[in-house]
Amino acid sequence: MEALATSNTVALRIALEDLYARYTGCLDDERFEEWPDFFTDPCLYKIIPRINFERNLPLATWLCESRGYLRDRVQAIRKTSVFGPRYLRRFVSGIRVVGQTSDAIEVHANYAAYETLPDAFTRVFNVGQYRDLIALGNGDMKFREKVCVFDSELVPNSLIYPL
Amino acid sequence: MLPMQPHRQWPAQGGARVPYWIYTDADLYAREQERIFCGPSWNYVALEAELPNAGDFKRTFVGDRSVVIARDTDGSVHAFENRCAHRGVQFCQAQLGNNKEFMCPYHQWTYNLRGDLIGVPFRRGLKAQGGMPSDFELKQNGLRKLKVACRHGVVFASFANEVEPFEDYLTPPLLELFDRVFDGRELKVLGYSRQLTPANWKLMFENIKDPYHATLLHVFLISFGLNRADQPQRLVIDQTGRHAAGMSWRGDQKRTEDNAEMRSLIEDLRLNDPTMLAPVKEFEHYTICLMTVWPNLIVQQQSNTLAMRQLITRGPGAFELAWTFFGYVSDDEEMTKRRLRQANLMGPAGFVSIDDSEVMAFTQRGIEAAPDASGIIEMDGRGWKAEELHAITESEIRAFYDYYRKVMEL
Repeated sequence: MEALATSNTVALRIALEDLYARYTGCLDDERFEEWPDFFTDPCLYKIIPRINFERNLPLATWLCESRGYLRDRVQAIRKTSVFGPRYLRRFVSGIRVVGQTSDAIEVHANYAAYETLPDAFTRVFNVGQYRDLIALGNGDMKFREKVCVFDSELVPNSLIYPL
Repeated sequence: MLPMQPHRQWPAQGGARVPYWIYTDADLYAREQERIFCGPSWNYVALEAELPNAGDFKRTFVGDRSVVIARDTDGSVHAFENRCAHRGVQFCQAQLGNNKEFMCPYHQWTYNLRGDLIGVPFRRGLKAQGGMPSDFELKQNGLRKLKVACRHGVVFASFANEVEPFEDYLTPPLLELFDRVFDGRELKVLGYSRQLTPANWKLMFENIKDPYHATLLHVFLISFGLNRADQPQRLVIDQTGRHAAGMSWRGDQKRTEDNAEMRSLIEDLRLNDPTMLAPVKEFEHYTICLMTVWPNLIVQQQSNTLAMRQLITRGPGAFELAWTFFGYVSDDEEMTKRRLRQANLMGPAGFVSIDDSEVMAFTQRGIEAAPDASGIIEMDGRGWKAEELHAITESEIRAFYDYYRKVMEL
């Protein structure tokens, strides 16, 4: 995969498109149990308002530092949280490689998540930028870091499913 | 002020009922703005740590009204309405920033950091033509100012000149609990979180003033023993009924005779990564203290996560909850990490607070179509007293409405 990152741009773009399509597909289909497998362990997954990100304020709306943490979020969705039914559908565009190290590539992309609640029209729920660090190895790509910096700072009530 | 609709009468059962029209009525909402948020109350507006330097400002709200909080060159903190004295323009649009002065973009009327008008372009006209009347006084045409009270780094503002001093307003038992978190140590802002909940603002206060729900709704809280009715509890209410605090101690995760009715307790619930919830003892006496300060603040201390939750009204059917998470400048790196990890419990994606924001939305939906029905508030009797040592009570809600009805003349 290292060779892929440096020498084969078309193949890399296809691999990234595929990664993000599989990632959002997993979440859109609510196959949350498979979601932690997209990450290394440990990892960093954060959903952070843009104001905090730009002002170097560390508070995240959602913070996970390992696969265990990610699984705890899934456990909350499945077992402990009380919330109304909803669909969330995610769209990713403008995927671009902005940096690379010996074993990882740094990727930015725009995302938008649309929320559909019963008795209401679909609305834009959360728009932002993925700032990802993707580990390359063992023939696959995993998120070592996935930071969702969101513009939609006034959250429409609750953020329950991952972005 | 329009008279209330004649059928809008509080139910005969008094404090044991809350009529549903108070969550939906537009005339009542307008009266709340006038009497509560613009009345003789202290509204939370900022932490001084958000405004460390001269010229630093924050744009926020008191009820529906946008206000600016600014630090002057002498270090004093001022609050004024974000509405140009000339034509009403909301001149400040940035949420946070630093200014030498505030200039309205429309006609460039300029104000200092105290809200005084200091400049009107072409005040004397141009080439002896035009200009303001000769008796137009700058000092009589400044911004509408609010009174400001700072207590150990926390800034409150009031539209009413006659409001009592903040310390008398909060009263000694609540002030003591306030000072437990705000003990004079310098605060450090960790970040912001905002959410818009489609429910009336009073439902947010009722939620915090309702320890009965906490022990039933919140599977996460109950199962991990963060707050449960079979653990020691203490509630304190000020003599007017408007402020309150609920305290508890963390307990074990186990099924006992006392929690047998808590169907949500999952004894074998485990965290895959326990580092998220590894609190250390930090404050005397209680591991959780949630304080409600009339009319717009919830002070949250849950284990090591500290936050101000500011209520901002957005019409009868919605409110914004603006969270400011903080710690202390003296915190070491480990404590900051702990606060940030435990912040996962709270906010728009909180393991615990999701349940509340969702249930408040369900409540608003349930009551909107039935304004003439009312809710039953009879758990633990029909009155209230200044202190309770258990959680199976709705006395804080009854106390809140006792005061609310006086202010609103309902």
